[in-house]
Amino acid sequence: MTSRWLAAKTGAAVLTLVFVLIFNFFLFRVMGDPTTQLARLPNSSPEEIAKLRADYGIDKPITGQFADYIGDTLTLDLGISQRSRETVWDEIKSALPWTLLLVGTGTALATLIGAWMGVMAASRRGTKTDDGLLGFSLFTYASPEYWIGIILILIFAVAIPILPAGQQVDPGIEFSSFFAEALNVAEHMILPVAAMTLMLLGQYFLIMRSSMVDVMTEDFITVKRAIGLPRERVINRHAVPNALLPLVTLAAIQFGAVVGGAITIETIFSWPGLGQLTFDAINTKDFPVLQGTFLVFSIGVILANLLADILYFFLDPRVQAR
Amino acid sequence: MAPLLEIRDLRVTRGAHVLVDGVDLDLAPGEALGLAGESGCGKTTTALAVMKLLSPALKQEGSIVMRLPGKGPDEQINIHKRTEAGMRQVRWRHVSLVFQGAMNSLDPVQRVEHQITEAIELHARGGGTSQFEARVAELLEMVGLTAGIGRRYPHELSGGQRQRVMIALALACKPSLVIADEPTTALDVIMQAQILELLEQLREDLGLALILISHDLGVLAETCDRIAVMSEGKLIESGAVEQIFEHPEHEHTRSLLASLPVIGGERGLGLR
Amino acid sequence: MSGAVVLGAPEPAPVEPGELTARSRLLGTWRGRFSLSVLGFFIFLAIFGNLIAPDDPTASSLDILAKPSWAHPLGTTEQGSDVFSQLLVGARVSIVVGFAAALISSILGTTVGLAGGYYGGWTDRILDAVENWFLVIPALPLMIVLARLLDPSLTVLIAVIGLTSWAGTGRIVRAQVFTLRERAFVERARALGAKDRYIIRTHILPNTLPLIFANTVIIVAVSILAEASLAFLGLGDPTKISWGSMLENAFSSGAPSAGAWWYVIPPGLCIALLVFAVSLIGYLFEDVVNPRLRDEDPAF
Repeated sequence: MTSRWLAAKTGAAVLTLVFVLIFNFFLFRVMGDPTTQLARLPNSSPEEIAKLRADYGIDKPITGQFADYIGDTLTLDLGISQRSRETVWDEIKSALPWTLLLVGTGTALATLIGAWMGVMAASRRGTKTDDGLLGFSLFTYASPEYWIGIILILIFAVAIPILPAGQQVDPGIEFSSFFAEALNVAEHMILPVAAMTLMLLGQYFLIMRSSMVDVMTEDFITVKRAIGLPRERVINRHAVPNALLPLVTLAAIQFGAVVGGAITIETIFSWPGLGQLTFDAINTKDFPVLQGTFLVFSIGVILANLLADILYFFLDPRVQAR
Repeated sequence: MAPLLEIRDLRVTRGAHVLVDGVDLDLAPGEALGLAGESGCGKTTTALAVMKLLSPALKQEGSIVMRLPGKGPDEQINIHKRTEAGMRQVRWRHVSLVFQGAMNSLDPVQRVEHQITEAIELHARGGGTSQFEARVAELLEMVGLTAGIGRRYPHELSGGQRQRVMIALALACKPSLVIADEPTTALDVIMQAQILELLEQLREDLGLALILISHDLGVLAETCDRIAVMSEGKLIESGAVEQIFEHPEHEHTRSLLASLPVIGGERGLGLR
Repeated sequence: MSGAVVLGAPEPAPVEPGELTARSRLLGTWRGRFSLSVLGFFIFLAIFGNLIAPDDPTASSLDILAKPSWAHPLGTTEQGSDVFSQLLVGARVSIVVGFAAALISSILGTTVGLAGGYYGGWTDRILDAVENWFLVIPALPLMIVLARLLDPSLTVLIAVIGLTSWAGTGRIVRAQVFTLRERAFVERARALGAKDRYIIRTHILPNTLPLIFANTVIIVAVSILAEASLAFLGLGDPTKISWGSMLENAFSSGAPSAGAWWYVIPPGLCIALLVFAVSLIGYLFEDVVNPRLRDEDPAF
């Protein structure tokens, strides 16, 4: 089925993407001239600086630079990491799957648990259960996710050492099969995913709870009760499906927080994803990599929003008609 | 003949605030009673109280008894004594509801036929899918809609169609009483007339008793046998339609009547 | 010219019966009292922390990562400094950056929201596009980039956080201005010849202030978390001790693996408590920002 609505959303996403590219360019070129950073090295002669500028193409006029930039980006030439001397794209390519694994699992778990908690709290609004869940969620929201990660390490990797404290696999081991390696990764994934889930849980819970409270005051819910449906059925079959719609939209809007959390959590657990890459780039002032990860993060958020729109399209028949 | 519905001293309060203050009402089987009054006078609260659908924040007192025709006095339904589980057997099976506006009275993410079937299935004693399907088609036809409407979602229907669907839904389990709360408020004048005509027709065909709630006395005059007027939670006047219109006793009733527009006439008691 | 025209007092926002005042929300509920106490406590620490601290927080010693003792109630850091003293002193950065950044963010957001909402047309379209863009871009990556391009200091931190979080306020203010713009008292004022600035100042702004205030509280919480994250990632002010930098030092020196719970738990706990208290205050004013939340009777 075609839909003007969906086409419009995709168009908007592409437009935002274009703006991101433009902004990215100006941010790094105009605000930070890489050569000035490099030229902080003592004893850089004017000739060396001039050569660096030619190498980076900064001696061209701005429009030329911009054309270069667009061309380079589209061909995935994002420069070379100042630290590792690999291409930025290679670094990103090997880090991306790990971040997707962490973020995907964490978001999925947080949505499931958070939504379930939200339904519970809304249907027991004003009771101690509701208050308790609200308090718990507010506290996990207020706790820095890297601090939660550290505490998890303290408890489960140091005090009762049953889980690994970092990295994605036990280093230096030859695995007998893909399955064995996957199992090892899964073991290493538990704590980082737990940290990510706890971080997001509170937000999704709050969204779902208020969405449910809204839906439960609608006329059609009263009608379903009037028909004689038991409470549980009214909630599960009629309130929840309608309450999920705002959850999808609002969770997508907050996706930037997921990205931020990925950076700090990967750092704590030495998880070899984009977050870890960013952290290293911060410490070594590796601007090409910083620019590259910033671009990928921005694209990620735009894509996540678009995915949410697509999901919404399949969930809400009112939108399918537009 | 014993009244189908007997309400005695119904009181609804939210803490100290009184919403319904000692209302007595009788309704005979097959009778159409109009419940009139300005917004906030307690009409809808009374209707919801009959089905015990009020918010748990509200307290409901007084007796509500239903006596179904053909059943003995020991089989009467004491609504005020029933638990929630007990009420689920009464709701829709013996008394159902048509809401105002119908904008949001149907689940927006489910097809119409699914929602009607849900009600039928709930109260049916046995019967298979094909029987339910047939009943849905029958109900839609009864309210003047084609069976194809069932496949649609609520937002795909016009206001008038949605209201008809609500009526079809309300009749699904063959209740003895239907409460219609402002069923025509959101509709234009022509559709208003159509819906009222439909309600009148169904009453005749099915022997339904009807409580019609509206702030518009003109609407009630069309369809009702008796009218009860409420104001600020109290029942201030009731009687046969003609009596209310020609010899209103209470001042409030008079001002309600006075607000009815008369074509070509001045505002005021220019009713004929 | 229009200065001579007396337009009367601005029309106050309609107060619904039973609507709570700020005082009753903050002082009349146990949640309000609790949050205010916690917030007050940390503000006290921010002001007097360095006077109360038993030891010089920067003084190092040979007693590295020592467990809590009488001399050091929360043990020592990887440099032998007193954790407890660092904790007390660290409050200042969180409070100062949190409130200052939120102030900047609110002022910026309100200005943009007022301008776009009131003038409409192309002004609004451009501002709205900019606003939407800031809302889409992930916050922490943007802050990282900006902070790394500049030299780290408190001022930079405040500026970076303030400049990346204004869009939320902008959107809320803009929506409110749209509604207010069409109201009768604004029409009247315009008809009487009042200048735009006057209308905005005396009619629109006062009616928007409760909204802005409630929103700013939330931004304070967000800013405190942002400062902590940036400090943790090494982008904080290296000359200042903050709870985030304590966690950074702890982590990079291997304190978690060493089991030094006295070092890693307190700073994060302080951040969590402070943000919790501020967020709770924000929650008390939730229905000001979102009027739909005015408490209806529970359905069932």
